[in-house]
Amino acid sequence: MYAKEYHDLGTPAANGEPVTLEIDGTTVTVPAGTSIMRAAALAGADVPKLCATDTLKAFGSCRVCLVEIEGRKGFPASCTTEVAAGMKVRTANDAVTRLRRSVLELYVSEHPMGTCADSSRCELETLAAAHGIAESRFAGANTPRHLHTAMPVDASNPYFRFDNDACIVCSRCVRACEDTQGTYALTIEGRGIDSRVSASQQQPFLESECVSCGACVEACPTGALMEKSIITAGLPQQAVTTTCAYCGVGCSLVAEITDGAVSRMVPNRNGRANQGHACVKGRFAYGYATHADRVTRPMIRKRITDEWREVSWDEAFGYAASEFKRIQATHGKDSIGGITSSRCTNEETFLVQKLVRAAFGTNNVDTCARVCHSPTGYGLKHTLGESAGTQEFVSVQHADVIVVIGASPTEAHPVFASQMKRRLRAGARLIVIDPRAIALVKSPHVEADYHLRLQPGTNVAVINALAHVVVTEGLTKDQYIADRCEQDSYEKWKKFVADPVNSPEAMETVSGVPAALIRGAARLYARGPNSAIYYGLGVTEHSQGTTMVMGIANLAMATGNLGREGVGVSPLRGQNNVQGSCDMGSFPHEFSGYRHVSDDATRAQFESMWKVQLGAEPGLRIPNMFEAALDGSFRGLYIQGEDFAQSDPNTAHVTAALSAMECIVIQDIFHNETARFAHVFLPGSSFLEKDGTFTNAERRISRVRKIIEPLAGLADWEVTAGLSSALGYPMTYAHPSQIMDEIAALTPTFRGVSYEKLDQLGSIQWPCNERAPSGTPTMHVDSFVRGKGKFYVTAYVPTNERTSGRYPLLLTTGRVLTQYNVGAQTRRTANLAWHSEDRLELHPHDAEARGIEHGDWVGVTSRAGDTVLRVEITDRVAPGVVYTTFHFPESGANLITTENSDWATNCPEYKVTAVQVVKVAQPAAWQLRRQAKQSASVD
Amino acid sequence: MDIGRLVAMANDIAAFFDSEPDKAVAAEGVRFHITRFWDPRMRREIIAHAQGGGAGLTATAKSAVALLTNSPNQSK
Repeated sequence: MYAKEYHDLGTPAANGEPVTLEIDGTTVTVPAGTSIMRAAALAGADVPKLCATDTLKAFGSCRVCLVEIEGRKGFPASCTTEVAAGMKVRTANDAVTRLRRSVLELYVSEHPMGTCADSSRCELETLAAAHGIAESRFAGANTPRHLHTAMPVDASNPYFRFDNDACIVCSRCVRACEDTQGTYALTIEGRGIDSRVSASQQQPFLESECVSCGACVEACPTGALMEKSIITAGLPQQAVTTTCAYCGVGCSLVAEITDGAVSRMVPNRNGRANQGHACVKGRFAYGYATHADRVTRPMIRKRITDEWREVSWDEAFGYAASEFKRIQATHGKDSIGGITSSRCTNEETFLVQKLVRAAFGTNNVDTCARVCHSPTGYGLKHTLGESAGTQEFVSVQHADVIVVIGASPTEAHPVFASQMKRRLRAGARLIVIDPRAIALVKSPHVEADYHLRLQPGTNVAVINALAHVVVTEGLTKDQYIADRCEQDSYEKWKKFVADPVNSPEAMETVSGVPAALIRGAARLYARGPNSAIYYGLGVTEHSQGTTMVMGIANLAMATGNLGREGVGVSPLRGQNNVQGSCDMGSFPHEFSGYRHVSDDATRAQFESMWKVQLGAEPGLRIPNMFEAALDGSFRGLYIQGEDFAQSDPNTAHVTAALSAMECIVIQDIFHNETARFAHVFLPGSSFLEKDGTFTNAERRISRVRKIIEPLAGLADWEVTAGLSSALGYPMTYAHPSQIMDEIAALTPTFRGVSYEKLDQLGSIQWPCNERAPSGTPTMHVDSFVRGKGKFYVTAYVPTNERTSGRYPLLLTTGRVLTQYNVGAQTRRTANLAWHSEDRLELHPHDAEARGIEHGDWVGVTSRAGDTVLRVEITDRVAPGVVYTTFHFPESGANLITTENSDWATNCPEYKVTAVQVVKVAQPAAWQLRRQAKQSASVD
Repeated sequence: MDIGRLVAMANDIAAFFDSEPDKAVAAEGVRFHITRFWDPRMRREIIAHAQGGGAGLTATAKSAVALLTNSPNQSK
């Protein structure tokens, strides 16, 4: 069922030259290639249809959309017949209506009126009723279908159910699974009246290959596939457009509301980022927002061993402010700091860094982007001039060669993965650089031309080897480089990568990737002609994360793959607002718009607006804060929406630092792991409870709109303002739009952004200013932001984290589709049906050598610590490599990761940890205690 | 702060700039990076460590720290 009030035009848009025709006596002009059905809908004469919908290519099976065309024989289907100049179409006359009625009666013979509990949800029953059909003349002994097929309702999926009785076998669900999602989990099985929709091989949906994206449910024209939430709550009464709060794709969603509560979330068909699609998290897993675990009352306690005491907002603000002031009076103004959240809005992160700089009087502010994409900011800023990706997502449809490095888009960025797969099915070539065989390496209708299965920690060796081939085989774009790049830096880099030590043959011994594969991949990338690189945390979370980002930019510049559609360097950001939190000045060394705090002119602008003197020295980064806490020079921290104790590496070190602090103020929607060390708990608000904006991985700023009132009474931006006021620095905003106005006034790349413009345009990709009033989909078009692109020499420096006899395996980490980050949101949804625990992936050879079988408990020990996980034996990982996710606190994945970090940014090296794996009888004692505690709380 | 950690950080930065053949340029690169990204207390501590012999610092890192001053960031 479509989104409320959505006008489905029946077939996708075309983009040919204008064609003028006449429909029902009205003159219509549409692009060549447009179907008659779509042209008629645009002219206000919707043609009845069942198998057509405008997100899918025309299928032409239902025959309900017949029309009459002057001068042509018969009654062609309007969905599959394209417009032509001078054509005269009749969408309804006696003959057409008679035929259409007969076709509808045939359908009703198999799907009698009243089959769907609410006929208003059923396109067939609505159409039949409109044609005066109450029952079918064609109903016989073998009809309706359910008497023939006798299938029980499949309610296995936690979010939707399939009722075969209501199915009309129009194939919209099957085509949505293929064309929109690209999973090919559904098919039509059987023939004639025995035809029916089948998930995989007649499996229940939950057990099939279905990824629960919901595209089939939305495409279904009857009540066959239906959201359980709609069945329970009833039809929506209102619809509000907002932005998903999960990954960095930033899908535009329409929240449908029944009796004041969200009853369904559907993708916005006009959403530029998601192009009308969503995933299992965005579409279905929003229930955490109203979960019973939500903390809705402020709490304080003197010591972390004390019980929490619920207090009023004013008392909580007052206590936090007095503690921060006390600490600063004793230990200096730089003894406290704050953390902004990549899950909160731009306006909220801007306010937190403002509070730290202006009210605390220090630059000790950082953000969780520190532990994911900080190398992206540094690397792209230094090479290209801007700390952001270069493309919009739809650019991938123009790519001839797609390179995916250290990312698993089908798991972590599934909606963009569907767009990528569509392009790959259309013929684009694929290079995957990853230690694991991610799904894109081989899946239905997608297969990588090259999978460079490198050893964890050797990214830079591989990128240099690729560059070596490009340079030594004359594959560089010399005129492009001469026009757009610093020539001396290029010459220096060229000489460096041409050195035989960087050849694929030399680097094969380091990376484990056969030289021939690197040579082939380099040639494919360089010859494009349009080659695009997409990368994830498998690039950044290394000791050479920044070097690798620079290496990627070097390669793209050298081959001329920047500055137009279909090419570029695109970081796939992990959380919904990682880009935004970085843009908003969350790093300790820079203000919004990536301007260093030592810049007098920039600082003067902020000082003038904020009426306070600001510091010119960089503050502490997150890992530095932990070090400073342990030496006693850092004692207070305000944390908005971040869970260090679960997400940061070397948990023992982190918790020791947190324990050493005198006042930790947590602002979150749940009582997270870090809250165990907190003294003040300020209840946060979910994305449904506030206004604001998120900025996705393509620099797209999109509105978040309040749908329900904050459960705790205040939105997050109001909480920060309240704390600031208690500190004696009042923040008096009536609405987040005023915060955005301040951001625009202080940030050159946001100068043209306002809520009014966002409402007009739907979304805006920054920079948005006088030179680009509607935003900037593609960056570096005529020249690089920094002027001339700069090549950096990127020597491979092996990580200090090495395997040894004691720790012979390399652990790397990642995500699964149905869970998100530390799982605080998704663990509180029915997504647990797919993934209820983190597992350790182990290669069969390594398992056999250790006597480990699938499903065994294994102890995983590193130089930092140890934990116990259940094992999954798979050849997705190479021998010598193990892999796990970190969605569940009881897994303790970060007990074993180390403090090694990127040289430039201190981004932790999550992706390389030397470990040993041994079979054990059961989880560790602390894990058993935790499980027992959870079971008790559930009971 | 843990001086071992600061030494390791300085050495990691130096390892990136070590590919620069001109050692003076490499040291200046490290100095500039530390000045731009390290909190003053971290700079003070690494300077004090270097003045005490700089145990554990690589040659490039040691040269860079010798160029560091406790003075505030200059306007850029």
